[in-house]
Amino acid sequence: MGALSGSVPQRSKGLRLAIAAHQGLPGRGACRTAVDEMTDLVVARPEGLYCTAGDFYVDPWKPVSRAVITHAHSDHARVGHGHYLAHTHSEGTLRARLGEITLQTLQYGEAIEHRGVKISLHPAGHVLGSAQVRLEHQGRVWVASGDYKLEADGTCPPFEPVRCDTFITESTFGLPIYRWPTPAALALEINDWWRSNADAGRTSVLFCYAFGKAQRILHGADASIGAIVVHGAVEPLNAVYRAAGVTLPPTLRAGDEGVNAQLLQRALVLAPPSAQGTPWMKRFGNYADAFASGWMQLRGARRRRGVDRGFVMSDHADWPGLHRAIKGTGAERVFVTHGSVAVMVRWLSDNGLQAQGFKTEYGDEDAADKPESSTQDGVVNAEQASHDPAQEANAADTS
Amino acid sequence: MKAFAALYRELDATTSSLSKQAALQRYLVGAQPADSAWAVYFLAGGKPRQLVPTKLLRSLARDAAGLPEWLFDESYDAVGDLAETLALLLPAPTRTHDLGLAAWIEQRLLPLRNMPPETLPDVLRAQWEQLATDERLVYFKLMTGGFRVGVSRLQVTQAVAAVGGIDAKRVAQRLMGYLHINGHPTAADYATLVAPESPGELNQKTSGQPYPFFLAHPLNLPLDRFEAALGPPEHWLVEWKWDGIRAQLVRRAGQVWLWSRGEELVTDRFPELATMGKALPDGCVIDGEIVVWRKDAEATGDPGKVQPFADLQKRIGRKTLGPKLLRDVPVVLLAYDLLEFEGQDLRARPQLERRALLDDVIGQLTHPQLLSSPVLKGETWADLSRQREAARSLGVEGMMIKAKAAQYGVGRTKDVGVWWKWKIDPFRIDAVLIYAQRGHGRRASLYSDYTFAVWDGAPERIERKLVPFAKAYSGLTDAEMARVDAVIRKTTIETFGPVRSVKPTLVFELGFEGIARSPRHKSGIATRFPRMLRWREDKPVAEADTLETLLALLPLPLPMPS
Repeated sequence: MGALSGSVPQRSKGLRLAIAAHQGLPGRGACRTAVDEMTDLVVARPEGLYCTAGDFYVDPWKPVSRAVITHAHSDHARVGHGHYLAHTHSEGTLRARLGEITLQTLQYGEAIEHRGVKISLHPAGHVLGSAQVRLEHQGRVWVASGDYKLEADGTCPPFEPVRCDTFITESTFGLPIYRWPTPAALALEINDWWRSNADAGRTSVLFCYAFGKAQRILHGADASIGAIVVHGAVEPLNAVYRAAGVTLPPTLRAGDEGVNAQLLQRALVLAPPSAQGTPWMKRFGNYADAFASGWMQLRGARRRRGVDRGFVMSDHADWPGLHRAIKGTGAERVFVTHGSVAVMVRWLSDNGLQAQGFKTEYGDEDAADKPESSTQDGVVNAEQASHDPAQEANAADTS
Repeated sequence: MKAFAALYRELDATTSSLSKQAALQRYLVGAQPADSAWAVYFLAGGKPRQLVPTKLLRSLARDAAGLPEWLFDESYDAVGDLAETLALLLPAPTRTHDLGLAAWIEQRLLPLRNMPPETLPDVLRAQWEQLATDERLVYFKLMTGGFRVGVSRLQVTQAVAAVGGIDAKRVAQRLMGYLHINGHPTAADYATLVAPESPGELNQKTSGQPYPFFLAHPLNLPLDRFEAALGPPEHWLVEWKWDGIRAQLVRRAGQVWLWSRGEELVTDRFPELATMGKALPDGCVIDGEIVVWRKDAEATGDPGKVQPFADLQKRIGRKTLGPKLLRDVPVVLLAYDLLEFEGQDLRARPQLERRALLDDVIGQLTHPQLLSSPVLKGETWADLSRQREAARSLGVEGMMIKAKAAQYGVGRTKDVGVWWKWKIDPFRIDAVLIYAQRGHGRRASLYSDYTFAVWDGAPERIERKLVPFAKAYSGLTDAEMARVDAVIRKTTIETFGPVRSVKPTLVFELGFEGIARSPRHKSGIATRFPRMLRWREDKPVAEADTLETLLALLPLPLPMPS
């Protein structure tokens, strides 16, 4: 509480209004609700989503004095803010990624008040420590969801619907073609693939984001099949999960003693997508590779990725999930961020909600389509290995 | 159906040809012959005729999924494949089935074609309610007739050969004809496909099957290296490379079959060639090129001249061939190889010997629709190169260089002899990209198909506009395409469904093989095989070529004797 109740720099109201007038995406519904900083509790500003009454930002992409962080993925938690507020379980990952920061943490459901705005965090089911931000001010309730997923995956508390007047939703997979298999079916599929490779004496290399997806795969992995080896970018995040009480099977590093050709024949290897095609891969000799991502739902994306196998695994909500979440909030107004903004806004408007887009820098509207890759430079470090939907999209489209 | 869907998924999932081969063989060994018959048919490129209008499929799927048309279209844009979009959007199955592939096709899919439109919706819904997502993909692929899955005909041929324990070349020949568009492969057909080789098979007098076509390799060498790479020209048979339809004329058992290189039976399209074929002796197969051929003066002994490919397209595209069309667009077969004579397979004989026999056959027949593709003489490669400079004005694509000792191989191979194609350089134009469309399949959701324009006036004219004249989608590397895609997204002016109009900023050098006037195109011209030769990042948009430059490339209306 203390960190957020310090002095607040005043900004010119005129400037704010001028900026606000430029926000919102063109399209149906966009003009229905004028973005008005005087009445809206959250507006999109060049720095990020801004809480007007509280004078702080949610997941800003430019340095600001006060930031509430929904989760520790790199496109939501950036460097350079004065104060950070996040969930307790994000502390480890945030400090590991951002170094020395002024960080205040909250448990789920715990509320603080800042300039008359009641702030609380609620499970988003995306990755460990991910939270929806509930903002209450003078009887109005807004919820900024960050990234979320509805299916419980056993590695973080599942998404909880929070009643609100206005809901800010992501739309990464906002098309009806995206419907995810159940976590059980997915784990079965991955284990079957691993087992058949192991039986053929081939290493199974599964590319996945180091933070979140890797731990979900570990959580569902059948460790009786063989050893599990993880890339250097993955293991520190495993430690964070284990410290938070999440049960993961034992993991080895590629350089560990006992990791030899014989062990690797039956091993599952988890590595970030940036490791694909790098010298690090050479040690595995005969291997089958696969990629875990929501984009793998489409054959075109699978083929462009150039791996043997694509597993449809996302830490974002699928189309039914997005709409179940929105309905669950009871919100009458919905702001749509990063993903299929235009599609979601039109669909929600057609279905009787007040919907409009928020332009953010969490990922382009066409993220899924962007073919250029930011993961081909062969350098693997924790920063790259951390998740970024735009990066994930790029990687999914890289051939 | 489940096993075949699993095979499709497996073939689709892996990039390794070894794994694909293993999956194919595993399927063929395990499946019922009737199912294998259809599996081979589709995987090797056989196409079912359209069973249900795609419009109906789309509207039924929209209703079933509860989606408005625009959202279906958005989804289709993102997926880039109709069958896959349908499979992904339909609600989860409510029932199961245990029918095999053949049963699905013969009892359920094929009957759809003759079903009254009012009963179709219920029948279709009842069908897809039983199918899981991966089965639905195959189901809709079968129904919409596009069945690309990343296995080549050669891989299927090899798998069939391995399963039957027979030579792959034999299988390749048996597969010709097996894939006819109206084909209905049965368990018995499949048994024939994998049956042990019999000596009588060489003389299949009752069958119209063509031989697998022998294909040429491109020759991309500077002239001064020809001698070193090929030896002297006297070892080679040199001919023009015609711009027509490669075809085999099969004369057996008193009948005539004309096959295009796509293994499509085109006898009906070219009745004058069918008539000519009837005059040939039985047990005779000729390889050559179908071209439009016209004489300008009937009486003067003018040998005639090949006409642009655009003329041939008038024949291909037409449903009915009226007498006027047959008169205005007459075709001939320019023959260059004899594959079978007196019922004997000649393919293992040397090129020169086959050619001599061919010329005998042509000489004895003396039919106006059967011409011998002339053999070109040249002492040196330089001499031949000079002759080749006339190619454009003669309406040919360049030269074919065939080893005199070559056997007639199978496909694009070099193991028993080689054919080279020595093509002339394409026409080149610097054009501006003005529209982009998302691709399909591997390029789905990438802007990969472009429309190009040239200026309708010189730079001094301030009010000049860009006129679209060609579409191209090949020639860029994946990396270049990714960069172009990024520019397209940044410079989009308007989006119309999958198409974007863009600010003119990108200039490409386009290459094309031919150019003809066309009233159907805005620019008044049509180009043949347009593709991107390179991205002219160095060239400003204002310096792209003009329509005038383009029109100057049109062939002169005057005929030139060959």
